[in-house]
Amino acid sequence: MTDTPVLSVRNLVVEIQTRHAVLRPVDNVSFDIARGEILGVVGESGAGKSMTGNAVIGLLDRPAQIVSGEVYLNGRRIDTLSPSDMRKIRGTGIGMVFQDPLTSLNPLLTVGEQLIETMREHLPISQSEARERAVKALEEVGIPGARERIDSYPHAFSGGMRQRVVIALALCAEPSLVIADEPTTALDVSVQAQIITLLRRLCRDRGTAVMLVTHDMGVIAETADKVAVMYAGRTAELGPVREVLTRPRHPYTEGLMGSAPLASLGQTRLRQIPGNMPRLGALPQGCAFHPRCNRAQTACRRDLGPTLAADEGRAACWFPVGATETAKDIA
Amino acid sequence: MIAFILRRVFQSVLVLLIVGLVAFAMFSFVGDPVENMLGQERTQADVDRLREQMGLDQPIVVQYWTFLGNAFQGNFGLSYRQGREVSQIIAERLPATLELAFVSGVFAMLFGIGFGVFTAIRRNGIGSNVIMTLSLVGVSLPTFLIGILLIWVFSVELDMLPSFGRGDTVDLGWWTTGFLTQSGLKALILPSITLGLYQMTLIMRLVRSEMLEVLRQDYIRFARARGLREKSVNFRHALKNTLVPVITVTGLQLGSIIAFAIITETVFQWPGVGLLFINAIQFVDIPVMAAYLMLISVMFVGINLIVDLLYFAIDPRLRVDGTKGH
Repeated sequence: MTDTPVLSVRNLVVEIQTRHAVLRPVDNVSFDIARGEILGVVGESGAGKSMTGNAVIGLLDRPAQIVSGEVYLNGRRIDTLSPSDMRKIRGTGIGMVFQDPLTSLNPLLTVGEQLIETMREHLPISQSEARERAVKALEEVGIPGARERIDSYPHAFSGGMRQRVVIALALCAEPSLVIADEPTTALDVSVQAQIITLLRRLCRDRGTAVMLVTHDMGVIAETADKVAVMYAGRTAELGPVREVLTRPRHPYTEGLMGSAPLASLGQTRLRQIPGNMPRLGALPQGCAFHPRCNRAQTACRRDLGPTLAADEGRAACWFPVGATETAKDIA
Repeated sequence: MIAFILRRVFQSVLVLLIVGLVAFAMFSFVGDPVENMLGQERTQADVDRLREQMGLDQPIVVQYWTFLGNAFQGNFGLSYRQGREVSQIIAERLPATLELAFVSGVFAMLFGIGFGVFTAIRRNGIGSNVIMTLSLVGVSLPTFLIGILLIWVFSVELDMLPSFGRGDTVDLGWWTTGFLTQSGLKALILPSITLGLYQMTLIMRLVRSEMLEVLRQDYIRFARARGLREKSVNFRHALKNTLVPVITVTGLQLGSIIAFAIITETVFQWPGVGLLFINAIQFVDIPVMAAYLMLISVMFVGINLIVDLLYFAIDPRLRVDGTKGH
């Protein structure tokens, strides 16, 4: 095992060129994920979480594209690879779990066919070997009677079971990183915990790094090692999950925590963050959060918050919560 | 599934009975066949004898029943014009039409699906735009005009292909085929394109729009995210999912290819049942018209039935005997 993080993202910028303006759904985002580590990425809808995930795996839909920054997988730069090399990375290097298990599986192919096809695309194994491994993969994700059900079509599985199949598919070519894009949002509450536990267990066992995109603070609290809070395309706060959740330093994180119903924190009333996240085309000058921030001062209206690097500083804020010293030295 | 098939078969029979009623009605309402057959010089005794002979003195219901019974056995009586068995005349003409329909159907499907997939994958490419623009021509020009244009270009100006007829055919006893001779094959080209062009553009536009829809689906993104090849994503995952609506339309179009061969057959003087039907109309040859009507409806209904059954082969969600969910 080396110290090289599985995934390193450095100053990633994704832009969308529209007829009227250039939008930046991802703006200067940096983070690392180590082997076996789970990074939770939280934020409101449109904060750039999914866009970051898609940029990493190279599945941005045009006109969105990476305009600057670097993405390294196990030390190898991947954002500059040709489409065909990038295709080989997908599946073996990076796996992805999507939000809605009901639509993620091809309805006309059996789960076995989809598993076998994916494995044989990446691994030099025969049809029958692949079939054996597919059965094992289904057993591992907890599909009862995997040997019989491998020839079933997706419609014969319930939502939770389908998400298990999706996880099996994402992991079947043994990627070193899994990007899980809101993997539980579309599931019943009773199933969510099972799926999260399953994902965490499988990745811990294999040492797979996970980028867990979600807007559910509860899931982050239970699952993640590290958390990145995104706001309007930028990382607002980045740090170990315990510290960020118990002692948030960015006013936005503090607001998020206040508005999240977390039993473990013993809070009594939910608080709201006033206002909405600005649209990408209408970002205010200065820190994008300042119109909603009760700590905003002149500097916040004038200057963009400090840009967070992957390893230093925790909150992209001029006046972080709980900091008594002048905040400028954080940047 | 059995219940579904039985229901479909029942519906098909019902449709055929109704078409049979229309065909039967033609005998009774489009002029008096006895008048037509006996001509000016006749006695009342002749008329009565012929009426009795043809069963026309029976009650209408009995006549309909007899007609159905005969039709079921392929017996539509004698052609007024040629004085021969209608079933025999049709059997002679049918291979020409079926071969023409087959070739133009294959042409329409191959090029329709091929171009459809191509224009969907290379959505903004120059080639796609050219094809899409040209396809407007295929949709908007009437069949006879396309036929005449093709004749003008390829027969008159370039003198490459024959402008009418089937060329040399080989008689296999029960079937005459143009597939086995060079002139027969050459003669098939222009009529097939004429007949299939509209269907081709229709299929192409359908495949394209379905394909674009499917390519946006999550399972396509997921297939890409698993690193599958574009070829597999496009053809194994995407194309198969577009096929259900495509099969519906294509199947129904095959029926109409046979039915609307009338125009193409007329333009190219193709000796098929369509041309036979046109000639029959000119001579008010009711038995031929009735037989043609029944034949086309049997084909339409049969194709519909096959299309319905094909759904089961393609979409596992429709198979009730599949593994039950929980």
